[in-house]
Amino acid sequence: MFEKSLTDLIRGIRANKKNEQKYIAACLQEIHQEIKSNDPDIKAQAVSKLSYLQMIGYDMSWASFHVVEVMSSPKFSQKLTGYLAATQSFRQDTDVLMLTTNLLKKDLASGNHLEVGIALNGLSHIVTPDLARDLCQDLVSMLSHSRPYVRKKVVLVLYKLFLKFPEALRLSFPRLKERLDDSDPSVICAVVNVICELARKNPKNYLSLAPQLFKLLNTSSNNWMLIKIIKLFGALTPLEPRLAKKLLPPITQQIQTTSAMSLLYECIHTVIIGEMLTSGGNSDALAAMCVSKLKIFLEDPDQNLKYVGLLALSKILPAYPKLVAENRDIILKCIDDHDISIRLRALDLVVGMVNKKNLTDIVKRLMSHLLPSNNNNESSTLPSTLLEPAYRADIINRIIFICSQNSYSNILNFEWYIAVLVDLTYVAGVNVGELLTTQIMDVGVRVKSVRQYCVKAMQRLLSDSSLLENCQFPESNSEVLYAAAWITGEFCSYLETPTDAIGYFVQPGVTKLPHNVQAVYIQSVLKVYAYWANSLSYNWDEDSKQELLRFTEMIKDKISMFCSSTDLEVQERAYNAREIFSIIHQNLSTTHETTFDVENNIYSSTNKSPSIISELYPLFFSYELNPVAPKAQKKVPVPEGLDLDAWINEPLPESENSESEEEEESYGYGYTQKFGGSGDLIFSSGTAIGRRRDRKSSKKGYNSEEDEETKEKVTINSFCI
Amino acid sequence: MTYLPELNKQGQTRFSRYYLGMPIQAEERVLMEADIARKCLKRSDVQCSIFEYGQYKLAYRRYASLFFVIGFDEEENHLSILELVQAYVGKLIFFLTAYINLYGVNDPNCLIEILNTYFDNVCELDIMFNIEKVQVILEEMVSNGRIVETNKHNVLAPVLEMNKASR
Repeated sequence: MFEKSLTDLIRGIRANKKNEQKYIAACLQEIHQEIKSNDPDIKAQAVSKLSYLQMIGYDMSWASFHVVEVMSSPKFSQKLTGYLAATQSFRQDTDVLMLTTNLLKKDLASGNHLEVGIALNGLSHIVTPDLARDLCQDLVSMLSHSRPYVRKKVVLVLYKLFLKFPEALRLSFPRLKERLDDSDPSVICAVVNVICELARKNPKNYLSLAPQLFKLLNTSSNNWMLIKIIKLFGALTPLEPRLAKKLLPPITQQIQTTSAMSLLYECIHTVIIGEMLTSGGNSDALAAMCVSKLKIFLEDPDQNLKYVGLLALSKILPAYPKLVAENRDIILKCIDDHDISIRLRALDLVVGMVNKKNLTDIVKRLMSHLLPSNNNNESSTLPSTLLEPAYRADIINRIIFICSQNSYSNILNFEWYIAVLVDLTYVAGVNVGELLTTQIMDVGVRVKSVRQYCVKAMQRLLSDSSLLENCQFPESNSEVLYAAAWITGEFCSYLETPTDAIGYFVQPGVTKLPHNVQAVYIQSVLKVYAYWANSLSYNWDEDSKQELLRFTEMIKDKISMFCSSTDLEVQERAYNAREIFSIIHQNLSTTHETTFDVENNIYSSTNKSPSIISELYPLFFSYELNPVAPKAQKKVPVPEGLDLDAWINEPLPESENSESEEEEESYGYGYTQKFGGSGDLIFSSGTAIGRRRDRKSSKKGYNSEEDEETKEKVTINSFCI
Repeated sequence: MTYLPELNKQGQTRFSRYYLGMPIQAEERVLMEADIARKCLKRSDVQCSIFEYGQYKLAYRRYASLFFVIGFDEEENHLSILELVQAYVGKLIFFLTAYINLYGVNDPNCLIEILNTYFDNVCELDIMFNIEKVQVILEEMVSNGRIVETNKHNVLAPVLEMNKASR
């Protein structure tokens, strides 16, 4: 008598906002009792309350049996409640579904079309393979039901049946096809709907329906159905190219005349994805028309039209980049849109539109998205999404992509690009260090003309203390210091004051940098030092000698801070470098003494620099690192007497012949990968080998004891740590 | 189309329906719906009503304090989904008019007044207190996760008939 109705429950929940869960728990208790009631009204009410609670996130699977009970109620309103509850809560594995077969059969045969309707609706949600098999015959015969309402519903539920029980499709397809000629338009619409779904999975079975569908396309005025038919043809045309020609006139007409944006969009979409642009006769004219229509979308104040317009354009882009480029101004405007969804779609297009002329402008626009806007007027309208790291990373990746695509073919001024990369380091705010590093290295190595500028720009990075201070945060991108150090070391001849550069490498705080960067720092110290010392030797006098001595001493001390690194590579390099500096220092000091000993020959001794300095230089710079065209290797003739097919070692009986060959190849490839990046570039391995040999010969017999000592130190050191 | 939750400004679900048999547990579903609501609320009026969410796209429309959200895939015509929301809400409004008529409100001025109150303030309650009707209307318009009927008469005639039959 005093049970809560659904309305009472909802009111109660609203009244108990503070302890909603407690209230609902109490209600669920009541429902547990009510649902077992013998009074069908109370039972149905309990089920309807449960359905509501299910919607806001409570489980009702325990009540499945009671739901079936309510479904079988003779009272229409209760039956409706029961079916709706079932559609909401039953899953494929709900066991009481087995009990519903006869109930469904009975309801489907009901004289009341509304009862039939709700049973069909319910079935479309809960159908299982078993139900599908058992009810298939009943449903097929209902395709000729006297009421269009029922016929429509049957057609729709059949699709669900096909999914669960594929056999049903074969049994019912001829009857289903007949319904395309139904007297009621909504039934036809339902059939088109179902066939469209089926054709999406397996289009070729439905090619035979093309004539009928084509007739509908020309006669129907129902936009919703036209959309479906056009979608369906979109799936069929790739299989039957002749269809495209036939479809072009009606679709063109729809594009020109329809006022429904969704239909217009579907037509354009189908023209694109149905490959009609490539197979039709005057496809260029059609493509132009599509693009001009899409322009209307882009210019519309409705953001949704803008969004789908951009989406469609991105599909035309691969085939007709020029047509899309005609809308460049509007698309570029969309890049600055407030809406992130629209921006991202516009960015997709921009990537395909870049050329030599507009590259700088586009990059400038994209960069401005990364910068905080100082303008007060703008800052208020700036969406918060601007600061989202994922978006920022996306922008940066796209900037790099459009600049570096096709071996940088769009870049006219590489100095500008280096400046962009340096700026990006600062404004990124997300971790893109690795990407920037590879880009700077790649450009620096491949573009000779930019090296001077690049070295200068790298000095700015190296001298920036903020990069060092924030190096533990990945978003500071201090990883680019790797490239900065390497480029400075390799192309140190462009340095104005090499000693400054060395100073940057050994400034306090560098030991906080990532280990791989530290390793490059040490190596670069050696390189720049070798260059500088060598340049001193051209005007060798007592002053330069003193300077060199003093400086060598200083570096020797400073480089020691790397010696205690936990990274073995850094440690080893630091010890090597320190040894080299102390040998040079020793050597310089001793030469100094000898000059004093042989006092009568002052000129010759002071004007000649110690040989150790000139020996150090070729260690690093005897070969210049140069880009090599990918096909360059082919131009090198095979030396006479070299037979590439002859075995160097006869293969062992059990090992595969190809193994040794593969190894060699993979070495060369790996080397390319590491330095060439895009694979466009191969460094001749001769450079590397040549260098290595140089080092060996200059140190041979001189250093072996020292080496061992160093090694000992290293081991001890690493054990201490 | 895969799902259709209706959410209010506070991110509470008022009504939801799932197609394609979403294998989602109740708790997960509640979390997902709340997440969608947050995403919708974050968007401003100048933004478009379509956004990407996981593997699906979501289209939404806001009416008074309610968000009508539809999840769908790339294949679906984006614009017709938005039109569906429009049509669906239109039908709900029409249905509620008819519903009020059934209760014998004869004075047209009064009816307009009621409707105004309905859709400016208490539209959300309408959905809550007529949840079954809302469901039935949707069943008539969407089947198998696809839009099947948008003709106003075809949608509402059976709904009103059912209404009579239930009395």
